[in-house]
Amino acid sequence: MEELRLTADTQLACKPGDYRSDVKPVWCPGCGDYHVLMAFTRAFAQLGVPPEQIAVISGIGCSSRIPAYTNCYGFHGVHGRSLALAAGLKVTRPDLTVVVASGDGDGYSIGGNHFLHACRRNIDITYVVMDNRVYGMTKGQPSPTTEPDFDTAISPGGTGLSPFHPLVAALASGANFIARCFAGEPNETAAMLVEAIRHPGFSFVEILSPCVTYRPDQKQWKDLVHPAPVAPTNDPAKAARRIMTDDGFNIGILYRGERRPYQPKFAPQSLDPSVLEQEFEI
Amino acid sequence: MSKSAGAPKVSTLADLFGIAYQIEIDAVERYKMLAEQMETHNNPEMVNVFRDLARAEGIHAEEIRRQAGPIDVVAHALRVGRWSKGESPEEVDLGAAHYMMTPWHALQMALVGEERALAFFTHIVDTAKDPKVKQMAAEFVEEEAEHVNLVHRLLRKYPAPSESWPHDPDPPIAQE
Repeated sequence: MEELRLTADTQLACKPGDYRSDVKPVWCPGCGDYHVLMAFTRAFAQLGVPPEQIAVISGIGCSSRIPAYTNCYGFHGVHGRSLALAAGLKVTRPDLTVVVASGDGDGYSIGGNHFLHACRRNIDITYVVMDNRVYGMTKGQPSPTTEPDFDTAISPGGTGLSPFHPLVAALASGANFIARCFAGEPNETAAMLVEAIRHPGFSFVEILSPCVTYRPDQKQWKDLVHPAPVAPTNDPAKAARRIMTDDGFNIGILYRGERRPYQPKFAPQSLDPSVLEQEFEI
Repeated sequence: MSKSAGAPKVSTLADLFGIAYQIEIDAVERYKMLAEQMETHNNPEMVNVFRDLARAEGIHAEEIRRQAGPIDVVAHALRVGRWSKGESPEEVDLGAAHYMMTPWHALQMALVGEERALAFFTHIVDTAKDPKVKQMAAEFVEEEAEHVNLVHRLLRKYPAPSESWPHDPDPPIAQE
């Protein structure tokens, strides 16, 4: 991770605006994802990594629009498959800083299995999930993290299902860095993203990002979030207890592991597409 | 989280100018972002309001640059004008935006920002050791107090909307 060390020059050279594209976001005014976009650009500026050395990968959903709003390299991929794309990219191009943007539907439902195995593989990428506990883009269906009593026309009386607990699943599956942020605190979130990107291995950052259109109740999140009361731990048992018993609004680094990131035994001989085609020719 | 938490340290006159300049630039960016949101959501009246606010903050930024004389405030702002926690005082709350908001709402947002900036510079006046910093911060306090008064005057022109302001005859509805 030596390439990410800050110097005075890089700090001066990069402004958050340098990472914004000219594409105007189409999120609803008040959406938490605006704050997350700001946190992304502020984090990239703090890291001082030029846009052409960053790849922002996503799947489908409101949150997954983020690559278009940055001028880094990006790939707006298939629903739930962003982690597979990102893993392939990072293994092939370890020199790139790879950040994956997802939502609770894209990441935990459609892409749920990719999530578990990305944690297990521990490739050096950063996975950012904007969790608003609803499918916003497709008009408010319950997602894996929706509360069981969320009452809508499509789920009268609520689903009655216990919400998925992504942080517990990430820890059990081998993620090397687990943190929770609140979108309404973009500078703190940016600082957390910097830590996550710098940490070797698979870093998972859940950002509570309110959906003001289908979950106006989430405007109260700003009064519910609070800093995690204890320092980050590298002990999975302690982290498990902490994550399983918290109230879901603990903000901070909840686990910082020391597992070595996965790296392929053999580096690609060439990145020339014609050479690669020959290698995989049947 | 208090908006003054995580404020950058002001040790010199250059720091003060750099931070004051960055506060205005942050406000310009935030208002431009809100104008873009309103453009996307077809609220042209608010596009103009936010663009006007951005323009006003840009004029303040230029004024600070002029006052700073030989100090390179743009470069210094990049070095010192970062809030480690919360946001800079005049970065209005993006979460308070609504696609049917009115000028009154925008002015309420602006008022909060100007009052935070006033509190920030007042704190510097109260705590600065360097007399030059103290004197310049006092001038910024006067300017921010005038901005607060200006917003109050504008609020008399744009009174609070009726309670039905968010009523949308064709609202976004959950799937049925």
